[in-house]
Amino acid sequence: MDGIHDLGGRQGFGTVRYGRDAAVFHEEWERKANALYGLAVRHGVFNMDEYRHAIERMSPRHYMSASYYERTLTSLATLLVEKGLVTREELEKLAGGTFPLSGPITPGRSNAADRQPFKAGDKVRVRNDFFGGHIRLPAYIRGKQGIVVRETPAYPFPDAHAHGIHAADEPTYDVAFKTEDLWPNASDSATVHVGVFQSYLLTA
Amino acid sequence: MSQNHQMSADQASVLKRIEAIESVMSAQGMEPAAAVEKARHTADEMWVPANGAKMVAKAWTDPAYRSRLLADGKAAAAELGFDMPPHHRFLVALENTPNLHNVIVCTLCSCTAFSIIGLPPDWYKDLEYRARAVRESRTVLKEMGLDLPATTEIKVWDTTTDTRYMVIPHQPPETIGWPEDKLASIVTKESMIGVERLMGS
Repeated sequence: MDGIHDLGGRQGFGTVRYGRDAAVFHEEWERKANALYGLAVRHGVFNMDEYRHAIERMSPRHYMSASYYERTLTSLATLLVEKGLVTREELEKLAGGTFPLSGPITPGRSNAADRQPFKAGDKVRVRNDFFGGHIRLPAYIRGKQGIVVRETPAYPFPDAHAHGIHAADEPTYDVAFKTEDLWPNASDSATVHVGVFQSYLLTA
Repeated sequence: MSQNHQMSADQASVLKRIEAIESVMSAQGMEPAAAVEKARHTADEMWVPANGAKMVAKAWTDPAYRSRLLADGKAAAAELGFDMPPHHRFLVALENTPNLHNVIVCTLCSCTAFSIIGLPPDWYKDLEYRARAVRESRTVLKEMGLDLPATTEIKVWDTTTDTRYMVIPHQPPETIGWPEDKLASIVTKESMIGVERLMGS
């Protein structure tokens, strides 16, 4: 989905709030949010792609204003409701107030039927592909040309795996893009390496 | 009720919301309290940047290990007793040199090799770093205190699959000949993400 989470290359953002040796957790509830989503994954309540997609489905206003671990707990709560472990009403009763959840899920899709293998050195073009569900294709490479550096391991196809439909493992590729091709005349010169699923690629 | 977020006065605090989740998971027999304690130990004692630092120090001093790390990072981590979650199927070690600088980002969320280099800090997960690192790498690094020479090529690695990355920082020349444990002590999480170079390098 063309969601607010897909931030690569977006403009207008200021200085990174950087400090060395930064603490990973600031408050106890953040540790809980992190531990409990992991616990739900280990219990098979949902997988990592479902978890990521439920974060992406937060309303943009909520996503932008929430801290990282508030996004974690919102995804976790949304999936507990969607998987039938609790109702939203019960959650809100337990919490003693309203409980903002992520927006509804849309249909997933299977691996591309016409996907084909690539090898190191192949020129590839990323499909000009618009899909409303979970997709691990950052918009900044959509339709762009790159070079396959190497094949990397096969993983479950995210566009299916986040939607509870059969997700065959498929190869991924380390694809190198030039920033000059991604954002002509409007970027620092660099090579950007992206891990790209086979279903997202065409021969250039 | 609308699915859309409204900042309303009756919205439960994050604290109340996490307690509600805990109570649901407890009722399901998932033992959340024990999981939180286990995760505390894992995050504080096991998934620490000292793991990656040991791998880097060994790569600096042992050419055969360096080759193995570059070929298969996950196997090289396991050799030193460092596990990765099963869904992280591959670890790519990226070697910095005076002329090449590698830096890692996850534009879509917050993916890292957290069991090797530690859980990601806030700035890594923040909107600013995710938006700008791919497009303005040299500028962003400079703002973060790393002013790379114009002759140094930059490679940015966007973590879009469960293949994970770690940077092998360039060894400062003045540390050549140091023992491995002393070398490991200078390797930081920031240098393994690629937003700093170690002293003298």
